Amino acid sequence: MKENLFLAYSELIKNFIRVRSYMRDFYIYGFKSRDEFDGRSARSYDNERRRIESYLNDYMGFRNTPSGKNVFISIDSRNCRRNPLYKAFKSKSFTDGDITLHFIIMDILHSPEISLTLNEMSEKIDAEYLLHFHKPMMFDESTLRKKLKEYAGLGLINAQKVGQKMYYSRSPDIDISAWTDAVDFFSEAGILGVVGSCLLDKLNGGHGYFSFKHHYITNALDNEILYQLFEAMHKKRTVRITVYNRHRNENTLLDVIPLKIFFGTQNGRNYLIAYSLRMHAIKSYRLDFISSVTDMCDAPNFDELRGRLEQYRRHMWGINCDKRKNGLQHIEFTLYVGDREKHIFQRLEREKRCGTVEITDEHTCKFSADVYDLSEMIPWVRTFICRITSLSMSDEALERRFKHDIKLMYQMYGICDENGG
Amino acid sequence: MRREWGVIAVIFNEIYGCYYNTVAKILQQAVQGNLTEDMVDKIVRENAFAESVLTIIPALREQKWQLLNDDFTTPLKHTPSMPLTNLQKRWLKAISLDPRIKLFGVTDKGLENVDPLFTADDYVVFDKYGDGDPYDDEHYIETFHTVLRAINEGRKINVSYTTRRGVPMDKILIPQGIEYSEKDDKFRLIVYSKRECGVINIARIEKCMLLEKHGCKFKNQFVLHDNYVVLELIDERNALERVMMHFAHFEKQAERMDSRKYRLKIKYSPMDITELVIRVLSFGPLVKVVEPDDFKNLIKERLIRQKSCELDRN
Repeated sequence: MKENLFLAYSELIKNFIRVRSYMRDFYIYGFKSRDEFDGRSARSYDNERRRIESYLNDYMGFRNTPSGKNVFISIDSRNCRRNPLYKAFKSKSFTDGDITLHFIIMDILHSPEISLTLNEMSEKIDAEYLLHFHKPMMFDESTLRKKLKEYAGLGLINAQKVGQKMYYSRSPDIDISAWTDAVDFFSEAGILGVVGSCLLDKLNGGHGYFSFKHHYITNALDNEILYQLFEAMHKKRTVRITVYNRHRNENTLLDVIPLKIFFGTQNGRNYLIAYSLRMHAIKSYRLDFISSVTDMCDAPNFDELRGRLEQYRRHMWGINCDKRKNGLQHIEFTLYVGDREKHIFQRLEREKRCGTVEITDEHTCKFSADVYDLSEMIPWVRTFICRITSLSMSDEALERRFKHDIKLMYQMYGICDENGG
Repeated sequence: MRREWGVIAVIFNEIYGCYYNTVAKILQQAVQGNLTEDMVDKIVRENAFAESVLTIIPALREQKWQLLNDDFTTPLKHTPSMPLTNLQKRWLKAISLDPRIKLFGVTDKGLENVDPLFTADDYVVFDKYGDGDPYDDEHYIETFHTVLRAINEGRKINVSYTTRRGVPMDKILIPQGIEYSEKDDKFRLIVYSKRECGVINIARIEKCMLLEKHGCKFKNQFVLHDNYVVLELIDERNALERVMMHFAHFEKQAERMDSRKYRLKIKYSPMDITELVIRVLSFGPLVKVVEPDDFKNLIKERLIRQKSCELDRN
């Protein structure tokens, strides 16, 4: 392994995990110096930084601080019609043989009507494509067969057995020129948008008529993991995931049955909701904390578990449905609505995810809900600061903390009275 | 049988890679007999990564990748092309099932027997607002088509709409683009009128008529970065990560003040000031506005009003 230390730097990479982690740190935080990247060597840091700089040249920034040089990625996603982080997905390394064979195979099978055996293809490659080079590459049958099998798996070519022989032909294509605007839009606002980004490469980049507000582009980095989880759901499989545990600062292996993905549009976090075989409960896992997904076995109770999750959703404010805590928790609060503030009624209706809104009089309305985890609601309740006239929660400690936090805010902004309130 | 899907890397695959795409463009010129050394250099600089010239050009010139002869001709006989992969077809099928697809006038022709990559049963957007645009409404769809066509053809439009405050408007506007908010689940038309940029919710448009070409060219629409707010936060209750993630979509700069204290400067559009005030409030005492004063005063005003509600006495 020692010689690996002396491997030359390459712009392309074999594995996406490391660059994913660095990009996230540079984009989300952007204040860490080289020494603060835990458990990573200086050489590794330098290489990853150089790669990301190469992919995202225009969006990288540097700042010198007493603790060292800080690297950050700064992007206003509202002014950026294409997610630049998709570029990282287009950096997979390959061998000289891979790229040479790719273009030659696609050239030989340039039309779906052409159907050739392995031998026929091999002869053509040697005689028509490589012969004239100074030192022609040699592809043995096994290498070619492996590549054709890989391409058949990707759907680029069809492999059909006729008698004893396997014939290879190009898969029929679909004209997607009419899809340009749809692909343009869904490559950013849709799920697994990186696939759309690759389609846009085929469509010469699209028109770029769309821009996006509240757009968390960093979620793009989780696309490969997301794809694997969708596949597991599709096939109703149990998987083993590697999840980063923030409290223990370590990775944990967990066997789970993926049930649904919960996408968040307000805080940039997306979750896998899955049945944990160890905890015997439906739990949530941050997608950006999952670093690998390994297929394990069938999950015969998948439908039943997903049905159970659907029932829980009526009382889920966010992503928690852990019934083992204290059952459902209750909240009630009333708001004052001024003469020219009728939009507050609409705000409540629009923004509530469960619970009920009751207009008690012209200037007052009451919101009440029963949820699995009241703490998930607190940030939303705080957005009504300036008009909360009463509030009660079944979790008294949480209620006390909420009210105490408001007093702390009075202090922070110098508007508290003599008693600190 | 156990297998690590990550090893197969269906999405992270070289066939979608920047190098393959760039080499395809080079070979396209070579097949047509137009390729020169300068052109190779230009194509790589325009299409690949910043340092790719150090790799792609030598690999082709030294015939490590045996695709280009010394005289810039190629043994390939056809313009490089690649059919859609299963992944791409399955993704198209999946988006063809999204209610918003009606806005784009496409059908799943050719994808009838394709398995979607995901369906509505596989996910939920759990925190989007409940009054999203009406994607099934015929009038809404027609309006969307008209504005998209106007943008595409560079034409003015005559629109009648009612503002948020209920004021009826009738204007001739230049449509610049369409902005979508995932949180609001709404499309907004970005328009240019009398040297000003504005937005109109497409769902509010009652009438929309195509007019003549306008002949203007636009760059980015929201270059409105005069406004900024500086926040200070103490890393308690996981505040650092929550705040950094929450405001990640803004152009921002973060700085560490000491082991627990951080400072974050966010640039924002003046149109979004109320929303930003509310978002800062949602973090409670974990986040403090330190400048500018006018933003700080907006927070103070709300707190003073809150104090008058006498919540702690109820």
